[in-house]
Amino acid sequence: MMTSHNNEPQANPFVDGGSGSRSTTKFAAKDVTVHYGENQALFPINLDIPEKQVTALIGPSGCGKSTFLRCLNRMNDIIDGCVVGGQILLDGRNINDPKVDVVQLRAQVGMVFQKPNPFPKSIFDNVSYGPKIHGTVATASDLDDVVENSLRRASLWDEVKDRLQDPGTGLSGGQQQRLCIARAIAVEPEVILMDEPCSSLDPIATAKIEELINELMQNYTIVIVTHSMQQAARVSQRTAFFHLGKVVEIGNTQQIFTNPKDHRTQGYITGRYG
Amino acid sequence: MTDLITMPVRASKAGAARLKQRHAAERRFRFYGLFAICFGLSCIGILFFTIISGGYSTFSQTVVTIDINLERDLIDAKNISDGDFRKIVQNSLYGLFPEVTGRRDKRKLANLVSPAAEYQARDYAVANPHHIGKTISIQVPTSDDMDQFSKGVIRADLPESERRVSDLEIVWFNGLKEQGRIETIFNRTFFKSGDSRDPELAGILGAALGSFYTLLVTFLLSFPIGVASAIYLEEFAPKNRLTQLIEININNLAAVPSIVFGLLGLAVFLNFFGLPRSAPLVGGMVLALMTLPTIIIAGRAALKSVPPSIRQAAIGLGASPMQTLTHHTLPLAMPGMMTGTILGMAQALGETAPLLMIGMVAFIVDIPAGITDPATVMPVQIYLWSDSPERAFIERTSGAIMVLLAFLITMNALAVNLRKKFEQKW
Ligand SMILES: Nc1ncnc2c1ncn2[C@@H]1O[C@H](COP(=O)(O)OP(=O)(O)OP(=O)(O)O)[C@@H](O)[C@H]1O
Ligand SMILES: [Mg+2]
Repeated sequence: MMTSHNNEPQANPFVDGGSGSRSTTKFAAKDVTVHYGENQALFPINLDIPEKQVTALIGPSGCGKSTFLRCLNRMNDIIDGCVVGGQILLDGRNINDPKVDVVQLRAQVGMVFQKPNPFPKSIFDNVSYGPKIHGTVATASDLDDVVENSLRRASLWDEVKDRLQDPGTGLSGGQQQRLCIARAIAVEPEVILMDEPCSSLDPIATAKIEELINELMQNYTIVIVTHSMQQAARVSQRTAFFHLGKVVEIGNTQQIFTNPKDHRTQGYITGRYG
Repeated sequence: MTDLITMPVRASKAGAARLKQRHAAERRFRFYGLFAICFGLSCIGILFFTIISGGYSTFSQTVVTIDINLERDLIDAKNISDGDFRKIVQNSLYGLFPEVTGRRDKRKLANLVSPAAEYQARDYAVANPHHIGKTISIQVPTSDDMDQFSKGVIRADLPESERRVSDLEIVWFNGLKEQGRIETIFNRTFFKSGDSRDPELAGILGAALGSFYTLLVTFLLSFPIGVASAIYLEEFAPKNRLTQLIEININNLAAVPSIVFGLLGLAVFLNFFGLPRSAPLVGGMVLALMTLPTIIIAGRAALKSVPPSIRQAAIGLGASPMQTLTHHTLPLAMPGMMTGTILGMAQALGETAPLLMIGMVAFIVDIPAGITDPATVMPVQIYLWSDSPERAFIERTSGAIMVLLAFLITMNALAVNLRKKFEQKW
């Protein structure tokens, strides 16, 4: 299995924010396995995720992409009967260690779900919820600023600035998804995990979110699960191909799409199966 | 070619028949539904009609104005309340009908008014000692039989032997009426006194307060315990054999006949812990046991119906399990929990059997002032009155049912309102 310490040139010019050095590893998965009861969903996964880049996880349905993504902020903890093995190092620290405080971990590693899931509260309350529970803002006006900034970065501000007190559930699907992204970035995480964030959106909303991902990449590490090859090619610098609970191939996005090494990867991206 | 044309025609013929059949089935189904609703509504209508037509007269009371002479030789000025006010009232009635002489007739005449008359006269004298020796005019309730006669429940056209009011009494009553002494006023007594042997003095307040205290105890015990159990079982408990067993037993508990809870209360609360008999405290505890499973089951259903995506969203943002619960899950589940609780409380309000076991069926005149005072509750009061021979108690039974129904309707309206208020729009 390949890891990310290869020094291939990156596809995207945004990489490294001009610091000059190569991207460092944010997440390192070492022999990660997942069992749902008797069923093994992931077979030892070794995978590195570089900082301030977009890593795309692709693969046929049921191959364990969501399962792996949930490992990265321990969302599997809340699934009954789910057992995670192996080590996942975040900045060199094993997050599967029982001593790790999951609340802090999830503040550091935010998540956007496949289906938009705003709270049945106002738009403002949706975005301000994270900062409030983590106590990251001191005053009400600071909170207003955080909400405005987050909504701006999620390119939703102009559409909702006049109705911040309206329920978040009253927005359109695409707006709801951007609201969920704003809610996630309001916590100022270092990593954002996105599980098929565009699967229920039209091309325009999808384009907006892809644009957003491009922008967020300057400050955040992003891991995105997608079923759209074009999307993976457009937004990511690195791509990992999952198949039947294993990582078959990982590498530079350009290389995966133009010159896959494994025949299964080739078959999948050319649409022969999956 | 012909095949091509006829085929669709044949198909559409069969299709039309099927369509017709389907429409007919739909119409039939709608009719069944409508019929069921009409049947239910008419049953409720009949119920309400019988209760209201039999009970509305409870809220009025026939009174008679009599002039009583607070004779000095019957009242000791130093100890007014010990005066012979019975005699005073009797004398005033004898004065109205001087032609009555026989002992039996005189006794009948004295019984024309309620025993309340002498208490009223006493209270008046105590309050106005300077009126002693003078003649005053007071309004007192008639006896329950005269009241029933006045309301037309006891009919004059029956033969004398078949009614509780004799011809002579009717003559007296009509005499009083001609003098303008008879009036019908709003029955305040019914709402401000406890039980009594005399129907015209009996009221629902004692039982209503008893019900209130009992339900208060029930609510204070069963709501927090029920909600906490529901939350623990649904949100925190591991799903294993033990919790499965607990779940099955909670469902079993919900189906246990209520009298069994009464027996349990008798054995444990009264005999073992020695808590007072007939007290709302014990009644409330017994009813709390009975209501708990309802609240737990409703609470768990309400928690279950909160979409998991909301929990995921909160946890994904780094909310602790406690924050997820108090900020999101619980507020969303609250309307369902409250509906379950209020339904449970309404059930408890109407419960009789377990309370009989712990002695809340006693004849209690005093109005309870707290949860440890002896008391009865409204359904038990209804049961007691419906068992009494006096015609006037039958009327009061219906009156009490109306009050109970008013309470129930208020509680249900409250439930609907609370739910509307707290319901989240998706
Ligand atoms: N909560 C769960 N309980 C039990 N098994 C699960 C659970 N979630 C996923 N699985 C199993 O784990 C395997 C991987 O599922 P996962 O959801 O990770 O697939 P995926 O790659 O995200 O698929 P998709 O592209 O359809 O979302 C599947 O076989 C699935 O049946
Ligand atoms: Mg998935």
